[in-house]
Amino acid sequence: MPTLDTSTEPSGARRVGDLTPDLLLTGEHHLCPGCGEPLALRCLLDTITDLEVTTQTIGVVGIGCYTAFTTSIDVDLVQALHGRAPSVATGIKRMRPDAVVFTLQGDGDMVNEGLQEVLHTAARGEAVTCVLLNNGVFGETGGHMTATTVLGQRTKNTIDGREAEYHGYPILIGDLISRLEGASYVARGSVHNAGAVARTKKMVRRALESQRRGDGFSFVEVLTMCPTGWFIPTGEGPEYLHETLGAVHVMGELKVDGRVKTTDELHTENVARQREVEARLAAGGLDG
Amino acid sequence: MTTIAVRGAERRLLEGSEAIALASIAAGCRFFAGYPMTPFTEVLEHFARYLPEVGGTCINAESELEAVGMAWGALATGARAATGSTGQGLSLMQESFAEITLAELPLVIFNLARGQGDYFQATRGGGHGDYRHLVLAPVDITEAVELTQLAFHLADRWRNPVLVYGDYLTAHVEESVSVDPIDFGPVPDKDWAVDGATTGTGHAKLLSPLGLARFGAEPIGIEAHLRRIVAKQHEIERAEARAETGYLDDAETVVVAFGSPARFVRSVVRDLREAGERVGFVRPITLWPFPADAVAAAAGARTVAVFELSAGQLIDDVRLAVLGRAPVVGIGGISTDGSGFGVGRLLDVETIRDRVLAVHRGGADAALPPLPDNERTLW
Repeated sequence: MPTLDTSTEPSGARRVGDLTPDLLLTGEHHLCPGCGEPLALRCLLDTITDLEVTTQTIGVVGIGCYTAFTTSIDVDLVQALHGRAPSVATGIKRMRPDAVVFTLQGDGDMVNEGLQEVLHTAARGEAVTCVLLNNGVFGETGGHMTATTVLGQRTKNTIDGREAEYHGYPILIGDLISRLEGASYVARGSVHNAGAVARTKKMVRRALESQRRGDGFSFVEVLTMCPTGWFIPTGEGPEYLHETLGAVHVMGELKVDGRVKTTDELHTENVARQREVEARLAAGGLDG
Repeated sequence: MTTIAVRGAERRLLEGSEAIALASIAAGCRFFAGYPMTPFTEVLEHFARYLPEVGGTCINAESELEAVGMAWGALATGARAATGSTGQGLSLMQESFAEITLAELPLVIFNLARGQGDYFQATRGGGHGDYRHLVLAPVDITEAVELTQLAFHLADRWRNPVLVYGDYLTAHVEESVSVDPIDFGPVPDKDWAVDGATTGTGHAKLLSPLGLARFGAEPIGIEAHLRRIVAKQHEIERAEARAETGYLDDAETVVVAFGSPARFVRSVVRDLREAGERVGFVRPITLWPFPADAVAAAAGARTVAVFELSAGQLIDDVRLAVLGRAPVVGIGGISTDGSGFGVGRLLDVETIRDRVLAVHRGGADAALPPLPDNERTLW
């Protein structure tokens, strides 16, 4: 199988760890090794800086592992209850229409506890951006099934893997939201490799730009690694994400300018793109 | 009519729910979110009608859970904001009430209740943890106009939620009132409110119920945070208890009642006084903090009677205030109309007088006349 030469760094390359977003007070955190949430947070913070909306940005944070970020990011924040961040964001945006308002929520927070909140907020077309950190598991409680846990995934209360007959099916939240008239931009990214991080950052940018244009509700779901909650070695997190969570919650833009794509359509497109990359690699590399 | 009656000292015949909405706007409320429920519904209707006229926002929320969340967000920006429902709807909001208290946000809550069985909910709270709300119980529409405005003032003064507890009569009785802004004095600046302007300055704001501090700042810690709030609530207890009393000096029987039913009790007691009976009354205006001193002053009476439209909830606080120095007996009870939303036949001057007199003549052990039954039709 042809591979890229990674024995030396490309010229001008920077390591993710060398870069600290302006809005991060410290790179230290108390989340587990291999956690994907700090990467997703960096995508968000960098984008706020890039768009030059820093001094008008207000965040609303739900309850989950990422709640720990409330002490380490230099953003005006409101701590919400589990699941309720979209309503709190609504109240903020209605009173401060010029502010850029985002929520930061996990899958347990948004898709379990607060599903109606995010759907109603999207349907109302509130000009806020909800960011979902989706790892398919309750990380903070120690690895329990959520509404996005994929079939076959082992959690502490699906010991033999999630079975549809017993535990039901995962919710593809991006698909649900994309069908609502009030949603203007819906995308699903990931942080399992550098390319995915770069694409996710673009998604966050498009979402915030959509909010600034007043187009309506915008939504970015970010698949994040949780090796602790997945009960796998830390180093296997990215691959596990890509092959299990990512195979069901397929990455891509689900709604742009009112045009909707389904997860199935994204899957077909992604497979075609992968085939093309493999063909180009086989033909001598991506530069050609 | 597009002009809002909050300007000038014009008196108008207003339904309580409209008076409450207008009084809120007079107090500077610019955000309301609620979910319709009888008998609260018309409060929401009037906010929906009037708030846009003053540049405010009223959201017909998809659920009570979301209504209180929206109000939370509006409060966080420094706006005066409120939500409300009947006790049933407020049950759904209790988690947020508890946390909003710990986040020290000045929420105003309206309970236009189906009776007085929400006393425990209002004064003890149905939420988790150690928290308290100020609770104001207007006796009539004129007082509702005043206490609604006071609620916004006290919420800001103490950075603590304030609940206005009314009922079907508060919502739907019409009285001639003028809704003039009342100046209760200065309140602290809302330098904690978020507007995004401090993002990226190294001093961004954090409105959290968890007692967290930003990296680099001295951590508060959840224990110290909770203790500070409890200390504040003790201050509120000392400062804000309010009550109306009448004829206590030589009263042999003192009747305690709050809210709309207290209006009937007050009338009964006045009539009995004119007839030469030594009876008096205490009307708690704040249910929390409970005006224990005013009630304790009744402990010299032979009997303390509690009239409330519930199985007996206020009576617990009365007993705590009287501390065994006089027998305390409940003379109210459950009484509703056929729908369960409105007022039953117990709320009747002659019926109440018979029950007060039974205790007044026979003491705490006197047999009470049977509770009047209502029609049994549903809707």
